Amino acid sequence: MAATKPKATGYIGRPVKRVEDPRLIQGQATYVDDLVLSGMLHMAVLRSPYAHARVVAIDSQKAKSLAGVRGVFIGHDINERCGLVPCASLAPDQKAPKHTCLASDRVYFVGHPVAVVVASDRSIARDALDLIDVEYDPLPVIADPEAALQPGAPLAHPDLGTNQAFVWTLANGDLEKAFKEADRIIKSRMVHQRLIPMAIEPRGCVASWHVGEQSLTLWTSTQIPHLIRTLLPGMIGVPENKIRIVAPEVGGGFGSKLNLYAEEAIVSHLAQRLGAPVKWIESRRENASATIHGRDQIGEYEVAVKKDGTLLAIKARAIADIGSYNQLLTPAIPTLTGSMLSGCYKMKAIRMDIVGVYTNKMCTDAYRGAGRPEATYTIERLMDLVADELKLDRVKIRLKNFPKPTEFPFNTVTGLTYDSGNYQGALKKAQELADWDRLIKQRDTARKQGRLFGVGLSTYVEICALGPSKMMAAGGWEWGCVRIEMSGKVTVITGATPHGQGQETSFAQLAADKLGVPMSDVVVMRGDTAVAHYGRDTYGSRATVIGGTAILMCIDRIVAKARKLAAHLLQAKEKTVEFENGCFFVKGKQKNGITIQTLAAESYVAKNIPKNWEPGLEASSFFEPPNCTYPFGTHIVAVEVDPDTGQIEIVKYVAVDDCGPQINPLLVEGQLQGGIAHSLGQALFERCVYDENGQLLTGEFMDYAMPRAADIPNYILGHTVTPSPSNPMGIKGVGEAGTIGATPAIANAVMDALAPLGVKHLDLPLTPEKIWRALSRAKGSAK
Amino acid sequence: MIPADFDYHRPQSLEEALRILVTTEDAKILAGGHSLVPAMKLRLARPSAVIDLGRVPELSQIRQDGTHLHIGAMATHHDIESSDLLKKKCPLLPEIAAVIGDVQVRNRGTIGGSIVHADPAADWPAAIVALDAEMEVLGADGTRTVSAHEFFVEMMQSAVQPHEILTGIRVRATGPAVAYVKFAQKASGFAIVGVAAIIDTEEQSVRIGVTGAATKAFRASAAEEALQGKALTSENIGAAIEKADAGVETLNDIHASAEYRAHLIRVNCRRAIELAASRT
Repeated sequence: MAATKPKATGYIGRPVKRVEDPRLIQGQATYVDDLVLSGMLHMAVLRSPYAHARVVAIDSQKAKSLAGVRGVFIGHDINERCGLVPCASLAPDQKAPKHTCLASDRVYFVGHPVAVVVASDRSIARDALDLIDVEYDPLPVIADPEAALQPGAPLAHPDLGTNQAFVWTLANGDLEKAFKEADRIIKSRMVHQRLIPMAIEPRGCVASWHVGEQSLTLWTSTQIPHLIRTLLPGMIGVPENKIRIVAPEVGGGFGSKLNLYAEEAIVSHLAQRLGAPVKWIESRRENASATIHGRDQIGEYEVAVKKDGTLLAIKARAIADIGSYNQLLTPAIPTLTGSMLSGCYKMKAIRMDIVGVYTNKMCTDAYRGAGRPEATYTIERLMDLVADELKLDRVKIRLKNFPKPTEFPFNTVTGLTYDSGNYQGALKKAQELADWDRLIKQRDTARKQGRLFGVGLSTYVEICALGPSKMMAAGGWEWGCVRIEMSGKVTVITGATPHGQGQETSFAQLAADKLGVPMSDVVVMRGDTAVAHYGRDTYGSRATVIGGTAILMCIDRIVAKARKLAAHLLQAKEKTVEFENGCFFVKGKQKNGITIQTLAAESYVAKNIPKNWEPGLEASSFFEPPNCTYPFGTHIVAVEVDPDTGQIEIVKYVAVDDCGPQINPLLVEGQLQGGIAHSLGQALFERCVYDENGQLLTGEFMDYAMPRAADIPNYILGHTVTPSPSNPMGIKGVGEAGTIGATPAIANAVMDALAPLGVKHLDLPLTPEKIWRALSRAKGSAK
Repeated sequence: MIPADFDYHRPQSLEEALRILVTTEDAKILAGGHSLVPAMKLRLARPSAVIDLGRVPELSQIRQDGTHLHIGAMATHHDIESSDLLKKKCPLLPEIAAVIGDVQVRNRGTIGGSIVHADPAADWPAAIVALDAEMEVLGADGTRTVSAHEFFVEMMQSAVQPHEILTGIRVRATGPAVAYVKFAQKASGFAIVGVAAIIDTEEQSVRIGVTGAATKAFRASAAEEALQGKALTSENIGAAIEKADAGVETLNDIHASAEYRAHLIRVNCRRAIELAASRT
């Protein structure tokens, strides 16, 4: 695809420090809450304390009469003016409740917005919430997704007549035949606990209505300003080209800000209605109860195997607790579990049925990994269970079922085409880095001393660079623009909306490298639809692969265009003009060359340009990926369990990840470190707990255990490099690799530690009490 | 996360603080603010006024007082953690201070604020009961002394009355044979079970204070009695710790069941006694 192949100048592949960090570290970055607009009002949201109740009456008179309050708005008043919160991924025939911005006559989860107050300052808005008197009539609550499917269970949404939202089925190959051929069938049940994304910056937004232009600017802490610009017109009736969305600095999203939330529409509407900017900043407790949650599947799995360890088929049925409503991608997330369930392995048949279930809880949606961690955790736990059952070596059984590197592109039993891979290579390298044989000896010695020491591994593959437009609801391409300014400085504009991942650095490296300019001359702009006109934003580890390729395409176009101007000025034939290190020259006459900076000035002054040559040096491009990418790797973990308390210590952590060639290894390492930390939290202590009344018990950092610096072991990180054929740079994406690869490796290590006691499986998180109970049971049964 | 309206007072002396406290309805003393301020932000507490003791200088002193040590109620966890005097004369206190919260918490949080709040999962109560500390409480009628035994009344309730101010804590000096072993709640860092052990080698006795496990801190008296006059062998300790949770109704919540807490009392008692014994 590349029209030109300018010689690289060495920025690509270097561990360049992040250019965004100084402002972030020094407190000079601008987040939504830093924005102060003239005459700005503040909104606060009154939320339901009940998981399910009838709203009998709302008395807001006292709140309205509080000095400084500009208005109190309830259900129908807002819902008649703001449309339904969109879902882009309803399953065929899915029963779905109408997701109005505010609750009307009923509330369906704790945290459900019931009313909003707008006041002249934030404290007054908060005080006014206490003055709104809502009379609730509590109704039966369903909080347990398995119980929700039982006959006679309370209904989360009585008007739907059922708690079952959808059944999604993936079925490929001859399942019956595969199970008949099997020597053994191994069964397991696994619970993938609900998690709270807990971005350090909660959500927040400011809307400003420009009455003269009849246009809206919405600053919001989001991953997806462009998708919001696409979706918001349908809610508030302002046309797309009168809406500007800005995602200023975003303090973490992890999928939780891959959504258009009711509050964003309400704030936009009220700014227009009240003729003043309106700000809303979410509190931590609101964030825990009313920003999307992740995971929450309960699966039952059967694996058909030959006694030599050859995998034949998997049959799976999972219940996905989707909560009370469908946010943007809620129903699609568990389907990613199905698509990735076969992991790194060949098999003949697969069937997965996913039952989406409504409960009176916050909805689930994309949280770092988004459906894939469930798949990887399942298949990697199953591989260990199979190895244990058949008394086969865990490594050998994996090697036996991997496709060979020569078998790529590899068509999976689930219907995907893995672009490239060398699973054996990553596994081997991880074993080398972990000093596997010695580690196993260390374990065996520890066991002889009666200690609970375990070694675990996971070999994972994930789906990244989401995705080709054919599989996305509204385009999966990415847009970019590169402009050489008149001064020769380079402006890169990406529609990919990086928000902390580091593309301000890696895209600058890319542009500097390919254009032969100093990196300090490149500025990367993102996150503002008035600047980055089009984009599909950041999620699914897509920004570098798809957005980076769009930038590369722009550069190719600019170089091609500049070459024509250079040929004109050098009075040479275009074919004879070379481009190297930022300089165009006739072959062999490097000294007389023209720099790209000089060409830029000439291109805008435009007094001496070729005939029919458009002035300026700017190009924009859309890149439509032909396929997703499939990064992979192996994680190896050693743990020791305290037999008295059940506490787990991570003794060794090795990860080898293959995300293709790396533009900036420092960024890759950062992504892996953060991802593994997420994974560690899920494996060992994070869990979102609702009681049977649908009350959230883990709505604060006092109760929801996040991993902290002291919990993170020393990582030994390594890489293999298997380029993807799906884009010119061969890159694959790395945003979720750590989260996907690490959880099963940790779980497998702990189960290995407990294996001498006969413990086969424990669900996550592996809390000390859970381990202690398993140890007590094992001791009890040994007596 | 915005508190309801309140008045703020910053008295320069204890007398002034007491006067404001006695004359203001629903006023609360502000020490380090690590419990009160979050409660106010969540509007679980709505005092009409807070009286900040931060500018009352004598309250943060740590000094020797004959055979005893005096720790001002406003001494921060960090003051205690870094006190050379306490490291020498009452090393249990710096050891506990070092495992409270994180550096920021230790820089602001105070021992007095913590024990008056009487959070059953706080670390200090283990030391207060194990050391048989005496609390000096100032009220309109002057200062009274409250024993450790009487100080913790119920969950989140100490013997300090609404119009009283805790001014200081008195403890006897100990030898080096002390230890604190804590099993922390993963999210908050508070104690699910924290055990403080003090070995008196001359009297061949062990004092054991337990926090986190029940509605208030307690002495593991039956275990102490079982070890009275006995050598601290593994067998003797093993027999004694079986009684460590005797008669105690342990708490049950999402972070630990009552059964697990009871188990952790025994585990941490053993560990604390063995660790203290290794320091004689």
